[in-house]
Amino acid sequence: MLDLPQVPAALKREWLELETRRHFLGRGSKALGWAGLATILGRSAPHLLASTAALPDQRPHFAPKAKRCIYLFMAGAPSQFETWDYKPKLAAMFDKDLPESVRGGQVLTGMTASQARLPVAPSFYKFAQMGKAGHWVSELFPHTGKVADDLCVIKSLHTEAINHEPAILSMTTGNMFPGKPSLGAWLAYGLGAINEELPTFVVMTSKMPVRTNVQALSNRLWSSGFLPPEYAAVSLRAGNEPVLYLQDPKGVNRDVRRAMIDGVNDLNRQLFERVGDPEINTRIAQYEMAFRMQTSVPDLTDFSDEPASTWELYGEKAKEPGTYAYNCLMARRLAERGVRFTQVFLRTWDQHTVLPERIKVMAGESDQPTAGLLTDLKRRGMLDDTLVIWGGEFGRTVYSQGTLRPDNYGRDHHPRCFSMWMAGAGTKPGISYGETDDFSYNIVKDPVHIRDFHATVLHQFGIDHNRLSVKFQGLDAKLTGVLPSRVIPELLA
Amino acid sequence: MPRRVVIILSSVFPLAAVLAAGAPVPARIEFNRDVRPILSDNCFYCHGPDASHRKAKLRLDVREVALAKEAIVPGKPADSELVIRFHSNDPEEVMPPPDSNKKLTARDKAVLERWIAQGAGYQLHWAYEPPAKPAIPADANAIDSLVARRLAEVGLKSSPEADRRTLIRRVTSDLTGLLPTPEEVDAFEKDRAPDAYARVVDRLLASPHYGERMAIGWLDVVRFADTIGYHSDNPRNVWPYRDWVIRSFNENKRFDRFTLEQIAGDLLPDANRETRIGSAFNRLLLTTEEGGAQPKDYEARMLADRVRAIGAGWLGQTTGCAQCHDHKFDPFTTRDFYALGAFFADVKEPVIGRREEGMVIAPPEQEEKLAALDREVAAKRAAVAALTPEFDAAEAEWVSAATAQPPTGLPRAVAAALKKDPDTRTARDQQVLRNHFRTKVATIGREELAALTAAEQERKTFADSLPHCLVTEAAPKKRAVRILPRGNFLDDTGEVVTAALPGYLPRPDFGGREPNRLDLARWLVSRENPLTARVVANRLWQQFFGGGLSRVAGDFGAQGEPPRNGALLDWLAGEFMDRGWDVKHLVRTIVLSATYRQTSVATPEQLAADPENREFGRQGRHRVEAELVRDRALQVAGLLSPRVGGPSVKPYQPDRYWENLNFPPRDYEMDRGEAQYRRGLYVWWQRTFLHPAMLAFDAPSREECAAERSRANIPQQALVLLNDPSYVEAARVFAARIVHEGGATADAQLHWAGKQALQRTPSASETKTVSALLEEHRRIYRADPAAAKALLATGDAPLPAGLATDGLAELAAWTHVARVLFNLHEFVTRD
Repeated sequence: MLDLPQVPAALKREWLELETRRHFLGRGSKALGWAGLATILGRSAPHLLASTAALPDQRPHFAPKAKRCIYLFMAGAPSQFETWDYKPKLAAMFDKDLPESVRGGQVLTGMTASQARLPVAPSFYKFAQMGKAGHWVSELFPHTGKVADDLCVIKSLHTEAINHEPAILSMTTGNMFPGKPSLGAWLAYGLGAINEELPTFVVMTSKMPVRTNVQALSNRLWSSGFLPPEYAAVSLRAGNEPVLYLQDPKGVNRDVRRAMIDGVNDLNRQLFERVGDPEINTRIAQYEMAFRMQTSVPDLTDFSDEPASTWELYGEKAKEPGTYAYNCLMARRLAERGVRFTQVFLRTWDQHTVLPERIKVMAGESDQPTAGLLTDLKRRGMLDDTLVIWGGEFGRTVYSQGTLRPDNYGRDHHPRCFSMWMAGAGTKPGISYGETDDFSYNIVKDPVHIRDFHATVLHQFGIDHNRLSVKFQGLDAKLTGVLPSRVIPELLA
Repeated sequence: MPRRVVIILSSVFPLAAVLAAGAPVPARIEFNRDVRPILSDNCFYCHGPDASHRKAKLRLDVREVALAKEAIVPGKPADSELVIRFHSNDPEEVMPPPDSNKKLTARDKAVLERWIAQGAGYQLHWAYEPPAKPAIPADANAIDSLVARRLAEVGLKSSPEADRRTLIRRVTSDLTGLLPTPEEVDAFEKDRAPDAYARVVDRLLASPHYGERMAIGWLDVVRFADTIGYHSDNPRNVWPYRDWVIRSFNENKRFDRFTLEQIAGDLLPDANRETRIGSAFNRLLLTTEEGGAQPKDYEARMLADRVRAIGAGWLGQTTGCAQCHDHKFDPFTTRDFYALGAFFADVKEPVIGRREEGMVIAPPEQEEKLAALDREVAAKRAAVAALTPEFDAAEAEWVSAATAQPPTGLPRAVAAALKKDPDTRTARDQQVLRNHFRTKVATIGREELAALTAAEQERKTFADSLPHCLVTEAAPKKRAVRILPRGNFLDDTGEVVTAALPGYLPRPDFGGREPNRLDLARWLVSRENPLTARVVANRLWQQFFGGGLSRVAGDFGAQGEPPRNGALLDWLAGEFMDRGWDVKHLVRTIVLSATYRQTSVATPEQLAADPENREFGRQGRHRVEAELVRDRALQVAGLLSPRVGGPSVKPYQPDRYWENLNFPPRDYEMDRGEAQYRRGLYVWWQRTFLHPAMLAFDAPSREECAAERSRANIPQQALVLLNDPSYVEAARVFAARIVHEGGATADAQLHWAGKQALQRTPSASETKTVSALLEEHRRIYRADPAAAKALLATGDAPLPAGLATDGLAELAAWTHVARVLFNLHEFVTRD
């Protein structure tokens, strides 16, 4: 293995000082990792170079509680009625019209706007109190119920978007228009890397248990937006090439690969001797990084070192690449290896019709691996500094879309309230925050806008959401945007 | 460890730090250069153009208001509230307020104080002043003398000219996106005539590949892509527009005409097929086919998208924020935003749903056939029309007979019409009877009707097989445009606005008439518009130096960056307009300058004093655009198709890369044959899943207009160059050329390969490294013929015929040499 040019310790110290003063064009980064190296010597997003003030020192603003985050994104929007917002009074309201006073002026989506009636549909599923804290847990989540005391459930989230694409974008990037950096990119940008051979921000999309009403996902949900491209997520795929272009060409073994990269680096060094362009050294380092990834990723995806108890926790499905269960286990392996932000998408929660049957399939897909992940993190002592988030992009309506029978109904989109939960990394365990009315239609206590939610997540990472900003199109652009937002202290231990 | 790294870095970092924070306060303060950035950054948010957010009715962007409120007392900093406040220790008093996260540096404060002491003179924002073309001594090169003037001011020197090989490699890449051939390099190295370089430039400007190269930047600006962008991200027909852009640059279409055709190609007095293709510009925005989408939501998005495009492409103004509120830093208001959007309210299009197929674009060789089919249809139609008297007579006869005695089995409507008294039959009844008679009863004209149907069918079948392009068509009735309060599309209370030009810029009087898109386009490229020529000249400069004169190419507003060398930008803008918006003239002027021809190797002093090369005392060095990385490898391999234009192509792409696309789910079907080897700018542009090799090298998704690209240096780039089959295949095909054309010995072959890939012969020490690599791989592959065979099977291109086992090993070994060359920093760099 070729050595990289060694940077003298004194010079490294000098860099650090410069970073502290946020002076040198934002090229500061302590970790020579995936997202770090390019910013030391390389150059990227040009608009960032125009302003020396806008670049991060990649140090938290205050002591962080979270080192890592695993965000389990339930795309398509799980209904709050069957999951986390127990509404016992609805049983008596079956097929009654939703009172106009409750609905207010809420716009309906194209799907139910033309419906003659808005009849109330109570949850088909039963709830029971579980754990010491007495969370009301749906019978659809028996495993999650067992770890209920670790959960910090929020029942009063709200958003503006009523269609999936803008709503998912709002959850992932804080803005319903494309082109903004995602939460993971902000964290990578603001805090840098904590490992030297894997990306800082990884995204995985899970195999779909049902192939219906599925939302398209796109790069823009995990892009770096106007931040430099190195902060975008690397998509980890199921199968034999988890990272794009990771596999050597056929007929190339590891020695050939090493010899070739040595050759490239040697010639690049000779070029550097002639022209002295620091960008060349960055290039050399990136080839080393690529080489390390080609070694570390196969190790990452080789589950043969997992103890038997793993499969009890996550279920047998975790052995099948690409399933949600597999991705949950992979998320833990990534967290162990110092990946800062892992986002797992599970789609097909968009139950406009036949909800009871379909949500059962989805809950079944999600329940055990999610609970398994929490338990696994806890037994490894990682839940203390790993933030786990579970939730979708908006809520669903109390009234049925289409057919209404006690065991068959559908629910349309509802942005005014929805439920999510967080666990670990200094969030308050075993609490429930925020309240909705008897119809889970309006929030009656402690609303949490998704901006507040984002501010709170950043806060756990030691970041003041108002201070993590870059100048873009004339604005100090932030994850939480320009409207007021706040950290919710009640959610924190 | 090369010593030089340490020397350079340790000298660069502290100096840069000093420059950034501690630049001395100029003796004579200039508002635009020194003061405006400070006020804009720290004060305008609450005391600037946005009325709704303004605090204490104070605005600091307008001198009269600032003086009236005594925030500024000219000549008396100590009496100025502004100064008193920023010195205050009281958290209630101090400005900017602590919770604003803004802070003035000591230098900022000194600048403001000195400015007030000197009388607090304001200037119009630099970009809103008309460009003032500086006078240049008769025999001087304007660019060089203006750069020299600025370098002298900051105590820097220009650099010597680059060597001949670097120069031709640079200019060939900048003007055509390709590498010069070894023959071209040799010829230029030998040609010592004074005009040798100018002749190279003229040859390149005349190349059909010039238009391809120039198109790349423009396609970013207008967010050209093959798919709609939102939700399903389905395809749409727009590639003929891409070819139109290439043609426009090749024909050196004047930039003002280029503008007119795009924004109003359908409204021009001499509108024709070509100008209509240009008008596809108005259709390049993001659209949706999502079932539950709200039309009002997308109508608002589409309006905003178009306003942003005009802002980014021509005005260099960030306008997006004015969708919800007046601009915080620039005088662009919400009214300006919606009034600009109203220019496009006549564009005929569905708000939600599938786009139409678009206008048929027959290639020249098919045009005659299409015209012939049109004539055929017309002739058949005439033949049918000629039978009208005969039809009419027979029809009258039948109607009267059928009225008297109705036949059985008639359709209900026909029977009902017949039942009526002939005098009371409505026009509709008569039409029903006529249709029935002609299609079901009449025996005359059968042949003529069948011939017409056949001709129409033939024409349709043929037209359907031709390319189509979305174009702009004006609807007779414009959509009503309302100001949306806070951008809320559900709020109908806003005022209705008609099309109008932004109020803060000089604009013509339309005498009460509502201006249309053509008026907008004409205004954009009018002399009175201070922005367009500057914006375009700055982008061109960026293409030829790796950075613009104003580094923020997309924002010429208060939050952008005033050019350090404003005189040069003004000269370029003035020259551009004086010469009739002649793009090639401006390009030629830039690349012929000594400034352009400088070496890009920085001295330690230059790196220390001007690390970002803002003063252009040397050339830039940068990794080439994603498209050109691909072009280089294919070109050196000899695989690159020289064909210009055509439908977008699908090169090799990793399996399942599109698996998250839906509505419908779709498979990626890669192209075979020549289409596999086309230039990067023809690669299928899927907005939500852009080809990963393009994405790795910073090709933008083109969801938004982009005036500049990032230039990252990330490990994915290494993985692409190492493992993407396109590059492995190119390497093995190049290897076959090296073996067959490179000469008799390994050294000769290596030199030949160096000339092809890097346009130079490798140094002795490089040769040593590569020879050792070659030897090692020969050994490996001789021992493992199966591995050699597997490697050489990458990609569709055929292997040279009749290779023996030894030949396979040799080729495999050279493939790795070729891969090394393709992976070099130098290979992907333009310097």
